[in-house]
Amino acid sequence: MARNKEALVLLLDVGPSMHSVIPEIEKVCSMLVEKKLIFTKYDEVGVVLFGTEDTDNELTEEVGGYQHVVVLKNIKVVEGDIVEALQQLPRGATHGDFLDAIIVGMDMLIKKFGETNKGKKRLCLITNAQCPIKEPFEGTKEEQVTTIAKQMTVHGMRMESIILRGKLSQDANKKIMDENDQLLRIFSTETSARSTYVENPVSLLGALRTRNITPSTIFKGDLELSPKLKIKVLVYKKTAEEKFPTLKKFSDKAASTDKFATHEVKVDYEYKSSQEPDKVVPPDQRIKGYRYGPQIVPISQAEWDAVKFKPEKGLKLLGFTDSSNVLRHQYMKDVNVFIAETGNTKATLALSSLVRAMKEMNKVAILRCVWRHGQANVVIGVLTPNLSDKENIPDSLYFNALPFAEDVREFQFPSFSNFPAPIQPNEQQLEAAANLVKMLDLAPQGKEEVLLPDFTPNPVLERFYRYLELKSKHADAAVPPLDDTLKKITEPDDELLQQNKSVIENFRRSFELKENPRHKKSRRLLREERYGSGEENSKGEIPALASNLIEDKSNVEVDNIGDLTPVQDFEAMFARRDNPDWVVKAIDAMKNKIHDLIEDSHEGDNNSKALECLAALRKGCINEQEPKQFNSFLRDIWSFCQEKNLHDFCDSLSSKGITLIPKSEAADSEVTEDEARSFLVKSQPKV
Amino acid sequence: MDFEHESDDPFRDDEDDPDAHLSLEKESTKEYVVYLVDASPKMFTSTCPASADDQKEESHFHIALSCISQSLKNQIINRSYDELAICFFNTREKRNIQELSGVFVFNVPERDYLDRPTARLIKEFDRIEESFAKDIGSQDGIVPGTRENSLYNAIWVAQALLRKGSAKTVDKRVLLFTNEDDPFGCIKGAIKSDMKRMTLQRAKDAQDLGISIELLPLSHPSDPFNVSQFYAELIGLEEDELADFMPSSGNKLEDMKDQLRKRMFKKRIVKKLKFIIVDGISIELNSYALIRPTVPGAITWLDSVTNQPLKSERTFICADTGALVEESTKRFHPYKNQNIVFSTKELSEIKRFSTGHLHLLGFKPLSCLRDYYNLKPSTFLYPSDEAMDGSICIFIALHRSMIQLKRFAVAFYGGSSRPQLVALIAQDEIIQSGGQIEPPGMHMISLPYSDDIRLVEERHSEKVGMVTRASNDQIKKAADVIKRIDLKDFSICQFANPGLQRHYAVLQALALEEDEIPEIKDETLPDEEGLARPGVVKALEEFKTSVYGENYDEECEANAKPSEASKKRKAQAEVATKECENYDWGELADTGKLKDLTVVELKYYLTAHNLPVSGKKEALVSRILTHMKK
Repeated sequence: MARNKEALVLLLDVGPSMHSVIPEIEKVCSMLVEKKLIFTKYDEVGVVLFGTEDTDNELTEEVGGYQHVVVLKNIKVVEGDIVEALQQLPRGATHGDFLDAIIVGMDMLIKKFGETNKGKKRLCLITNAQCPIKEPFEGTKEEQVTTIAKQMTVHGMRMESIILRGKLSQDANKKIMDENDQLLRIFSTETSARSTYVENPVSLLGALRTRNITPSTIFKGDLELSPKLKIKVLVYKKTAEEKFPTLKKFSDKAASTDKFATHEVKVDYEYKSSQEPDKVVPPDQRIKGYRYGPQIVPISQAEWDAVKFKPEKGLKLLGFTDSSNVLRHQYMKDVNVFIAETGNTKATLALSSLVRAMKEMNKVAILRCVWRHGQANVVIGVLTPNLSDKENIPDSLYFNALPFAEDVREFQFPSFSNFPAPIQPNEQQLEAAANLVKMLDLAPQGKEEVLLPDFTPNPVLERFYRYLELKSKHADAAVPPLDDTLKKITEPDDELLQQNKSVIENFRRSFELKENPRHKKSRRLLREERYGSGEENSKGEIPALASNLIEDKSNVEVDNIGDLTPVQDFEAMFARRDNPDWVVKAIDAMKNKIHDLIEDSHEGDNNSKALECLAALRKGCINEQEPKQFNSFLRDIWSFCQEKNLHDFCDSLSSKGITLIPKSEAADSEVTEDEARSFLVKSQPKV
Repeated sequence: MDFEHESDDPFRDDEDDPDAHLSLEKESTKEYVVYLVDASPKMFTSTCPASADDQKEESHFHIALSCISQSLKNQIINRSYDELAICFFNTREKRNIQELSGVFVFNVPERDYLDRPTARLIKEFDRIEESFAKDIGSQDGIVPGTRENSLYNAIWVAQALLRKGSAKTVDKRVLLFTNEDDPFGCIKGAIKSDMKRMTLQRAKDAQDLGISIELLPLSHPSDPFNVSQFYAELIGLEEDELADFMPSSGNKLEDMKDQLRKRMFKKRIVKKLKFIIVDGISIELNSYALIRPTVPGAITWLDSVTNQPLKSERTFICADTGALVEESTKRFHPYKNQNIVFSTKELSEIKRFSTGHLHLLGFKPLSCLRDYYNLKPSTFLYPSDEAMDGSICIFIALHRSMIQLKRFAVAFYGGSSRPQLVALIAQDEIIQSGGQIEPPGMHMISLPYSDDIRLVEERHSEKVGMVTRASNDQIKKAADVIKRIDLKDFSICQFANPGLQRHYAVLQALALEEDEIPEIKDETLPDEEGLARPGVVKALEEFKTSVYGENYDEECEANAKPSEASKKRKAQAEVATKECENYDWGELADTGKLKDLTVVELKYYLTAHNLPVSGKKEALVSRILTHMKK
């Protein structure tokens, strides 16, 4: 592992024009280091700030110059203090010179590693590149940048620049920005550098890869167009779901003083025969069985190996076809990418010609793949061309697995045109919809595409790792709510909604939605009802079937609280007398429903429904003598609303007079009349 | 899809399985089906023209049987808990619990009439046509002069077969295969209307018991099946559904089989979703899993002596104290030399967003949906007015606009296992030769996050300068190849999964204790013959020449440009060989002085002789000795 360790220097612009985005930079950089602490804890990180008032770096001492560049952390193996330092970056007061910062960063890497660690040294620059860099002593700026870029190549350094534009940069001198863009482009062409332009905070969080996974090939060998024509390719994963980390089970049995306790829980599986529940069957007395209808067919591994399907490893072309013959939703899995073997120019050429011809002709290739030797199945998939738009990146193909005949369920659905006229949208409605589709635009011309998957971080993982860091300091901390930046991933952007207010308003007015009053049941359901009642009448006559019928009856009963008619469902559950548990179940289900309603409420749109439910729950709890259930729940809801700033719900509580159940209403209550009354008073907002 | 991996892990943590919550396929949605097949002489004499190049015609009876047979094979793999009965009517012999004439229930030993499919049932059903005339026999059951009513009897028998199980927990269906659109055509007068009325009443009674009767009509292009003649009333079709019922019955045999097969499916809703379009406008959608990988069933461990299934028991043991513990509600993650402890409640809170809702965020042009934005199979969405009137109308309006403007919707789906961004693509209905190929609706595709996308191409960029690109001539030659090897009618359903087919062929053979396992044809192999056609060979040859040059030998290319690492290895080997010559290995070994050499020196020998250089010093010495055969 250690040989893969990376040395990274973060070059962060903290000048005045950057202040508004520094909170996001703090988040993304601390996340980067946090993940290093977890996944690659031998990596080394240094932090350089520029645009600071102060100056603190070795170069300024050695040769002078390099003003307003501060080495915040020298290169060292990642530690918690780097995270902390990154979480509270100072705000600088002057304009920074990003080229100075790059040189300082390079100098640090060279001093620490010299010629070693080739390819594992990385610079990461985050700036808005709005301030001009200084004129060099000799030559032009372009020449200077070219020299530096060449040095990077010599020392095997890579550079990644994230440049903030659009909303993230204030109005700045366009000429300077263009010049800087030009200079940064030199890095991309002269050395292995990548520049990413981001225009909003979400993509800033996603643009910096906080975890680098070294790709490994899943296949290396021939792409067989025919037995006579083979192209050498490498196949990698292009997408792979980054899973929520698997956490270990925690055991608190070990003494808290025991420093060496692992706190792990081991899970043991034992197989026992169904006849003798005490007898454990050891592994060598077990045999695998597969279900086939009601039978279980035993088969040993050796037998299985002898008869199983054994396709030969390799990638074979079946043919090309029009791209319209494969639909987008038929892609089955994560995606692979096919690249010509490195350094093999002929293979690169062959692949490139295919890719370009396929693109021109609008064709895709169908492939049969057996990735590994000994794999027991084949994969059929589609290759689609991926033309490279950068001149130093080769053309490639994307591979998506396709379903087999067994994987497709050909359900039939009614044609939209077969619906009766009243259900069909009219001209005006179609126009309103078309406007919405047009105007609620996430990929506006000339601007950055919003929520581009390549730049959108996983909000769940963001939340988890932030919480992990928080808990490392405060073990009892509660789960923090989503911050405003991450909310832009899970909810529509307010700004976009504001811009299109009239379009949205028009859409809302054009359509009528109402809860279905007929509570339209399918014919089958109606039939069932008749069935149920019919059977009930004949109950006495056919005693042999009675037990079966009772089961039928209870099955028709409401057994949960739905979205549509929560109050009715609750009452129906309450009314059930076949099992006393129903009351408890109904109360619990209702509590959950109310909680969900309040929590999911948007600008109070669920409040009235929640109040109705709460009133019903209160009535029910009085009738069933369960005042404590209600009282504790009301207190919970109350504090929940306070916490989440849902004051309007609290207000409506008091306006409807819903309060704790006092002794006078239910004997079991421990709440006095006064307490109940003052509970409402307490809920009035304090002035 | 990796069979071995998936099946070797019977304890996959369902909590983490994204699809676990998606499948509502519990016991409660079991299905009981009675296949009711008309065996009248007309079923045997009417035929369906086969495809143009194949002159063989097939009888309607044969078509019905082959559809059922296919469905049984499918069912034993996918839904083996469902139960079924196969019942013929208009037969000479009778076999049914009510002893009604003209109805014959087909069965095999060790199986109730209505029961789960078994290997034996499938096998014997496949051979039923050979012995049908002898054992069961075809005979019109409704003839003038008698009041026999075989259709009435058949529905009654089916109803009796479906008596078990509650209609609430089980879907009960009767699938009726017939080519007679007017079963009482030969009867006249009052008797006819009387028999008709009785039969309809019988069907209605069955439907009142929660049994749905579905009609699978077979017809001939010259003699179309007229549903409104009689059956519309029997199965309870309403006016507006009538037009939809027979979407111009196909002329080709394959089309008819296709349509019958599709009709036999029962649509299953995976989930009901609320789609929030804008504030105050939320519509109801049903989601369906139209495409999911079929995998061989899970492994059941058996006792190798008795072949009885074993029960697995899970115990939790504290690793520190060795004490048995309850399943812990706490989890931990090591971080900064600490164990950070989370409660399961906190963990689910982290994953919790707007639960279960689909929230519209905006729209993008279809060109923004790159081919690598994919992680798992898509889910199909279709609107429902069941709870919210107007849902369908809004959905259609959006659907139409999205298709017209070539845009897809981006939404956030707050599912419990993996809340994620999704793309919603509007799919227009596609109808081909009378059958629906693609249903109208939207497909929900999970989008990857930046965490899930790997920058592979960039890692392969050339450090300096440009990569070689194909010339126009090379592209033209490649285009010729593409034109030559063209799969015109490619459709995704055309290949059966050879691994899966083999799996079940083996199981079936073992279940029936047969000696031979039938060979499975692997349909996924390339068409060798096609590739050997002169035109194809010539195009490939020309493409090869234009890219690789004349007389190209692939091996040369591979060796011509060794990578950095291999160059280094080669240099090392050369050094080692040279150094190696400085020692008299034979003598050193004989005198036992090998162990006095350094590891570096020992490695000279090993490298020079192409031996592994790993391990401790003793291992190296013994390896050298072994190699010298001493």
